[in-house]
Amino acid sequence: MSAMTEAAAGIQPRERDIARRETLRQLAKSKTLIVGVLIVGFWVVCALFGSTIAPDDPLELSDAVLAAPSSAHWFGTDQLGRDVFSRVIVGASETLKIAPLATMVGIIFGTIIGLITGYSRGLVDESISRIIDAFLALPLIVLAVTALVGLGSSNATLIVVIGVAFTPVVARTVRATVLGERELDYVDAAKLRGERSPYIMFVEILPNITGPIIVEATVRLGYAIFAVAGLTFLGFGVQPPSPDWSLQIADNYQLLSSGTYWWTVLFAALAVSSLVVGVNLIADGLQQVLDR
Amino acid sequence: MTEIATEVGAAALELDALDVVYRVRGRDRQVLRGLTLSVKRGEAYGLVGESGCGKSTAALALVQYLPRNGFVRSGAIRIDGRDVLSLSGSELRRHRAKAVSMVYQNPGAALNPSIRIGNQVAEVFKVLGVSGSDATDRARAALEKVQIADPGSVMRRYPHQLSGGMQQRVIIAMALATDPALLILDEPTTGLDATVEAEVLDLVAGLQAELNTSVLFISHNLGIIQKMCDRVGVLYAGRLVEEGDTESLLSDPRHPYTVGLLRCVPRAGVRKDHGRLDTIPGFMPNVGDQLPGCVFAGRCTLAEDRCHTEEPDAHVVGAGHLSRCHFHDRAQTLPREFSADLVLPNVDRSVPPLLRFDDLGKVFAQGGHDVHALVGVSAKIWIGETLGLVGESGSGKTTLARTLLGIIPSTSGAVVLDGRELAGTLGKRSSDDLRSLQIVFQNPDSALNRRHQVRRILRRSLKKLSGLTGNAAEARLHELMQAVRLSERYVSARPGQLSGGLKQRLAIARAFAGDPKLVVCDEPTSALDVSVQAAILNLLVELQAEKRVSYLFISHDLGVVRYVSDRIAVLYLGRLMELGPSETIYDGPHHPYTEALLSALPTIDGEPRERIRLEGDIPSAANPPGGCVFHTRCPRRLGAICDDVEPPLIEVEENHLMRCHIPLEELRTLQRGHETPESAGSAT
Repeated sequence: MSAMTEAAAGIQPRERDIARRETLRQLAKSKTLIVGVLIVGFWVVCALFGSTIAPDDPLELSDAVLAAPSSAHWFGTDQLGRDVFSRVIVGASETLKIAPLATMVGIIFGTIIGLITGYSRGLVDESISRIIDAFLALPLIVLAVTALVGLGSSNATLIVVIGVAFTPVVARTVRATVLGERELDYVDAAKLRGERSPYIMFVEILPNITGPIIVEATVRLGYAIFAVAGLTFLGFGVQPPSPDWSLQIADNYQLLSSGTYWWTVLFAALAVSSLVVGVNLIADGLQQVLDR
Repeated sequence: MTEIATEVGAAALELDALDVVYRVRGRDRQVLRGLTLSVKRGEAYGLVGESGCGKSTAALALVQYLPRNGFVRSGAIRIDGRDVLSLSGSELRRHRAKAVSMVYQNPGAALNPSIRIGNQVAEVFKVLGVSGSDATDRARAALEKVQIADPGSVMRRYPHQLSGGMQQRVIIAMALATDPALLILDEPTTGLDATVEAEVLDLVAGLQAELNTSVLFISHNLGIIQKMCDRVGVLYAGRLVEEGDTESLLSDPRHPYTVGLLRCVPRAGVRKDHGRLDTIPGFMPNVGDQLPGCVFAGRCTLAEDRCHTEEPDAHVVGAGHLSRCHFHDRAQTLPREFSADLVLPNVDRSVPPLLRFDDLGKVFAQGGHDVHALVGVSAKIWIGETLGLVGESGSGKTTLARTLLGIIPSTSGAVVLDGRELAGTLGKRSSDDLRSLQIVFQNPDSALNRRHQVRRILRRSLKKLSGLTGNAAEARLHELMQAVRLSERYVSARPGQLSGGLKQRLAIARAFAGDPKLVVCDEPTSALDVSVQAAILNLLVELQAEKRVSYLFISHDLGVVRYVSDRIAVLYLGRLMELGPSETIYDGPHHPYTEALLSALPTIDGEPRERIRLEGDIPSAANPPGGCVFHTRCPRRLGAICDDVEPPLIEVEENHLMRCHIPLEELRTLQRGHETPESAGSAT
């Protein structure tokens, strides 16, 4: 319908120029996107300037162990007497370093592989696609835990491991987009003037599929935050004494069974979910506008 | 608006001073400007105009189905006497279900792919309250009415299992099922082959006469309008500029736009050596432009000062014939934009041909079957000539072009350029071979990289094909743009910022970046409006005159092919059926298949030829009929010999090759009945 609406509206050629500005304008109008940006933006600011915002030093021990929320400690204190509010404020910094970098690794490798498989098809596509299928059959956590145990846990390995684990998924999405794009005549026109495959893939096709790649990147970012949180909770991710949210949950979740010390887990859990929701809202907003 | 007389209460559709606007970025942009027209009961009314003139908007407004940003600002719409604009939600739904039906351009998109045809057609009756089994029976009857031979089996099928023509029949069956007061046909045959188009049009015309349905027929094709409609309205920039009986409007147009539009069409008999086609200069105004005077004034060569400031009334220029032009009496004196003269060098066929394809064959493997897309096709193209290639979709035209270019390798046979056999694939061809053979694609939107600027597109081709870089390339770039009349101000534009015609000029410039010897033109104008088409055809012919380039010109529009081609090849199921000089091919005697193609062509000249109906669809290339491949549909089949023996392609007269068992003289006698004055080849 959209093509028809456009034709019916008689959007004249010169107005297409304005169409790009129109896309930006629509992005700015998308409520989903705005809410997402506000949430994520909030946590980014906290991660950057957390130490100055936080009322207490998030690592400082005190005698007030497991104090309930009060005016002195808004979110209470944990087993070691650390202020939970301050720890929640700065708890995003590690995740917000690792997740975007891991996503970037996944997007870069995934795009390259997706372009190659989608463009060449035939034997190359078949063999790489089967490897991807095999890769996708393994649960992410199993894959990551194995790799992290083997390589030793550090932020750098975490980035590489999550990035590599995302590569096949991204490659698949990109491949599907390339399959449609390579059928367009400009690809034949390029071959007819003797262009080589890398030029066609990266100079002709790539600029035309940036929309889906951006959307894929934001979706992956949400999953990357999940992955970091999950691995940290299991003890393979961010290492103590960092005030990371998942570490807080991991350290304190056993206290929940008593039913009294809920504040040690709840606020960190809410923080993690809000960040993931925020990123997914951004992904939805982008998708609505870019994937029309 | 009172000049337009309507018999009150008798009209199936009345539009009264309809203004429709689209709200874009908070500003109202006017699309329809005081559109007033009426369709009487049982009448077929044609609404004709180029893309962007508001035809489709008018259709959508009628069923209150405008896009979310579209509004009727003022005016009235009455269908069968009911004011559509005042209907509430549920009334509107009932009104849409009963009073008005619409048939869209793309039948494949109008049918639900996951519901069987029987259930889809029956649903229309169920909406009207018919019970289950009755609905099925009535669906069957509806399909019989649109001449579907075996409705039982069609009803069990899914839409994708039907051909485009069959799909459109099903849609028409559904549209007519409710016996609507008004049937809207929006370019119903634009996506179909000429032969299928003719069949669908025959069907619609027959049903319209039988059921006395009122029809609003929207089309850009004047030939179809002439065939189908009693009256016609010409829409330009949202305003009805001329209206009248089809006969009188087409033979005696009184608005400069109509005059220009009629001149743009390559009329039967006109060929490139008769001169350039006339075009309409300039562009249609943008949607929402303020047009205080005549909407056409900006492009009209007759326009005077008052045309720009004073809106012309609808002058009555004949019985039921209106023209919104201050100078309607002078409209036909509209000066030609170009002098018609054009000197084309003669084609010298005594020298060896530029390009030859010998016994070219292409087999695709598809699901375990071999599909013979090309079977032993041989032809020659000399320097500076145009070989036209015609045939229905699936006949192998595009496969031939792609094989020739090396985009796909041939299975057998050879392509010989300047006496040298070319490698089968592009990777193995030398850069000299690459620059010699280029293509202009059908759809410039697909052929041009939408992220690259004009300069980048042309510079890259110049670098790869001519080895030019730096200042030399820049100088050549400007020459190229000048040659295709692409204004220099577009040099930094991206294709999306250009109109369809400008995009195609850019594509042509790209093809000529390496001074090619042969350019394949694959339906280069079928995505364009007629006035733009004329300009592009002129450009191609001028480039040929200047650079002595040869063309392989593929088109389904036989009028266009006739205009540009020196010789014509007719392809059917991957086989060459006929090859000869274009005059011979058109004047006959011709192959029965060619005869059928020509008779299906809607024309605005004189009496239409007697229709030769082709039965059924083009057979599958995976399982072609034995004997002569055309025998299953041939209206002149002799008998067993056609079923069993494939006729050879023989020279039936000088330079005229044909693949048919019927001797030439007999064809001449058989086809004499269809000779029309146009066959004599009158120039204007």
